[in-house]
Amino acid sequence: MTRRSPSQTIMIYSLALLLGAVLLAPVLWLFIMSVSSTRDLTALPLTWIPETISLENYAKLLGGGGSTVAESFLTALRNSLIVALSATAISLAVAVPAAYSFSRLPGRRRKSLLFVAIATFMMPPVAIVLPLYAMMGELGLLNTHLSLILVYCGILVPFTTWLLKSNFDGIPMDLDEAPIIDGANRLQVIWHVTLPIAKPALGAAALMAVLMAWDEFFYALLFTNDIRAKTLPVAIADFAAGRVADYGLISAAGILATIPPVALAYFLQKSLVSGLMSGSVKG
Amino acid sequence: MTQMSKTTVAWYLLAPMMIIIVGVAGYPLIKTVYFSFTAAHLVSPDTSDQWVGLTNFLKALGNAKFRSSIGNTVYFVVFSVSAEILLGVLVALLLNQEFHGRTLLRALVILPLALPTVVNAMMWRLIYGPDFGALNALLTQVGLLAEYRSWLGDPSSALTMVALADIWKNFPLVALITLAALQTISRDHLEAALLDGANAWQRFWHVVFPAIVAPVSVALVLRTIEAFKVFDIIYVMTRGGPASSTKTVSFHVYQEAFAYMRVGSGASYALIVVLISAALIAVYLKLLQRQGETA
Repeated sequence: MTRRSPSQTIMIYSLALLLGAVLLAPVLWLFIMSVSSTRDLTALPLTWIPETISLENYAKLLGGGGSTVAESFLTALRNSLIVALSATAISLAVAVPAAYSFSRLPGRRRKSLLFVAIATFMMPPVAIVLPLYAMMGELGLLNTHLSLILVYCGILVPFTTWLLKSNFDGIPMDLDEAPIIDGANRLQVIWHVTLPIAKPALGAAALMAVLMAWDEFFYALLFTNDIRAKTLPVAIADFAAGRVADYGLISAAGILATIPPVALAYFLQKSLVSGLMSGSVKG
Repeated sequence: MTQMSKTTVAWYLLAPMMIIIVGVAGYPLIKTVYFSFTAAHLVSPDTSDQWVGLTNFLKALGNAKFRSSIGNTVYFVVFSVSAEILLGVLVALLLNQEFHGRTLLRALVILPLALPTVVNAMMWRLIYGPDFGALNALLTQVGLLAEYRSWLGDPSSALTMVALADIWKNFPLVALITLAALQTISRDHLEAALLDGANAWQRFWHVVFPAIVAPVSVALVLRTIEAFKVFDIIYVMTRGGPASSTKTVSFHVYQEAFAYMRVGSGASYALIVVLISAALIAVYLKLLQRQGETA
């Protein structure tokens, strides 16, 4: 069907090249900056390809050696990992039974509750951040991982519930009946029947949750102000705001913060796309 | 052993979720409403009992800076979301064609989405740099620009440049959603249109458009809700400057409450933002419901 004229073919390939360049160029430049010396980056006119390539910035960030830069970067990395993984694990544990309930045991009021849940994670954070800040202060939780884990659960639980619900809807209900008749309770059904079938969806939900938590900035900025719990986005914003504009170092920090989510996204590309789809288009 | 009724089981399974929603969102939201009627101050807790009635709201609505932050937000939302939809649909149409390297390009589309928001903001801030930025270097070297400009330092261009960085990161989401919809169009359908002598525009209008309009409108509303909340990218790129030209409503609330420490007044601004968001979210839920019914 698609017999194209040569001019159409040329157009398609030029547009494809243009798109590739637009997608890749900024990130490629970030990488080049990260391996360049300040001298090359501040040369006028800019030469694009650095004279010397050095991994010095990466060594500074990762090398430790007691430098404050390495210390703040590595602890932020660790904080981000702890917060993102804990929040994801808790959220899934809460979201799976909830999604099952919405999908298998529907009711009018529960249907409205699903919409309340969706509205919850779409609400602007400014709507709740002031009381949350006060509450965390009273509980002595500011500057702790727990404060961020709790708040992220508030976003991730409704989100993953919704993702999983739309997936559970696609699993035939008959499968639940036999074990129920045999006297299994619903939690056993979820564990032995639903989850094994829904593994890909669970993977997609976990992936989306980790990416969202890894990316979160607003609460992290407000609830943490030292290395005890400061996450990577906040540390990078600090680097970028520093008085000494070390472009190479900032870029290297950016590249390092990008590697985990990009690796995850590509490793689980299919899950990501299906997660994005069901997370935005299905009710 | 007596069996619990289905309804009881259903609510038990939902209980942990409801506790989290109420604890982390519901209760704080009610507290925000309470704060908005008080003179609460960030570092002196006793002030949260000082009832001031509607004073905060009256001040908020009369505040010219807040009104201009609403204007900035509307500009940001309209410009970035419409560009994201337009680019996203065009890119999806391209990626739906057959050509060598298509798989690679489809994978590459994910890159901006996976890039952390703060890294994206920092990356573009460096690219826009007034003294050594790559954008200035590129535009002067190809002869499009006579001398280096301070893209983010100029109130007339700063917000547009921030929006461009946002567009780069988010048009791929629209592209992926649209592409998934395009892939549901059967070849027979397109061929039938072709045999009927439909030209490219007619094929788009009668076959492609009906297939993508629902998911694209969902993406449109979803992006609008997200763009309306914009904070991270502004904080990292411009901190609301220069001359408040990139100050959006979220940033305004942040400043009022955490820089000026006026929690009561910040809460009243926040509630106005929530009301606007709530209207957008209602539209979104309506669309979802309608799709759920037709699907």
